[in-house]
Amino acid sequence: MNLRTSVVILGVAGLLAFLTWGLISAGDSGLTVGDPVPVATLPTLPEGGEASLADFKGDWVLLNVWASWCGPCRFESPALEQFERENRDRLKVLGVDTRDLSEDAMKFIREYDITYAQIRDGNGDYADDLKTTGVPESFLVDPDGNLVAHYPGAFNDIESIEKFAAPALEATAAAGDEAK
Amino acid sequence: MKRLPGLLALLAVALVALTFPATSSAAEPQASLPQLEDEVMCPICGTLLGLSRSPAAERQRVFIRAMIRDGADEEEIKDALVAEYGPQVLALPDDEGINLYAYLVPILGFILGGLAVVWAVVRMRRNRKKDPPAGKPGPGPPSSESERLDADLARYDL
Repeated sequence: MNLRTSVVILGVAGLLAFLTWGLISAGDSGLTVGDPVPVATLPTLPEGGEASLADFKGDWVLLNVWASWCGPCRFESPALEQFERENRDRLKVLGVDTRDLSEDAMKFIREYDITYAQIRDGNGDYADDLKTTGVPESFLVDPDGNLVAHYPGAFNDIESIEKFAAPALEATAAAGDEAK
Repeated sequence: MKRLPGLLALLAVALVALTFPATSSAAEPQASLPQLEDEVMCPICGTLLGLSRSPAAERQRVFIRAMIRDGADEEEIKDALVAEYGPQVLALPDDEGINLYAYLVPILGFILGGLAVVWAVVRMRRNRKKDPPAGKPGPGPPSSESERLDADLARYDL
């Protein structure tokens, strides 16, 4: 085998290795249950402060990633707000508005009378850290900050949210019973 | 050799003109949606805004149109978009890490290209020096050939 052939073979092998690495990296999607959920300190909505998932340590959290331009986010919002009002003593809901205009996001919050905490992820970096595949997407986070469940897509109704958040609702109910 | 300084000066002017084209226009560019669509990214699609029809892109267009209506210039609109979506919204690579090459490689290309032109000109001049000076003919054909050529030419003499 002459030098030229060796160089060509090495080049092709290198290219194949590079493409394989790309495919493997692309396949690395989604957080795994039990993993710590990434945290990021981001501006709040309405503007004026900063907040992070880490601020909710010790509580169960339903982290909901949304955007005002997203139709399914509009669809699930009333149910999510109702769920939060009915269960706010058992878990916190934290909204993450991603890749959105702040004015549009505020209109959305007012339109659906959303009362739970919101943080703004304008550049989408936090959504990327969470490895979301779109919006809306929800994550159930335990009091230690670890992922318990993941729900890509919109909740159909309040029952589907209760089903998703069942581990949190059951754990807090059990803790309440023990306290009595 | 007299032409070399002129060529070098021309090359320098061309390089400066290509490297700093924006400095020649003092006036602030008039903002327009089609132009900005080619200069900013859609926040969710990973493409230029002009190539996207996603709902997020449509909201971005509404935002830009409103700013143009309010009299904002291109830089003000870009600043506002960066405040909303972060610097990634600009269709320009970062000037950090590997993205820095996007800026360095063209500059290096210009420099290397300029050096190559200078080198080629100098080499050409040197080669010309080696050639016999004009007006001093070479050895020419042998005398027998010359005589034959003269005879041939004489036949066509009218």
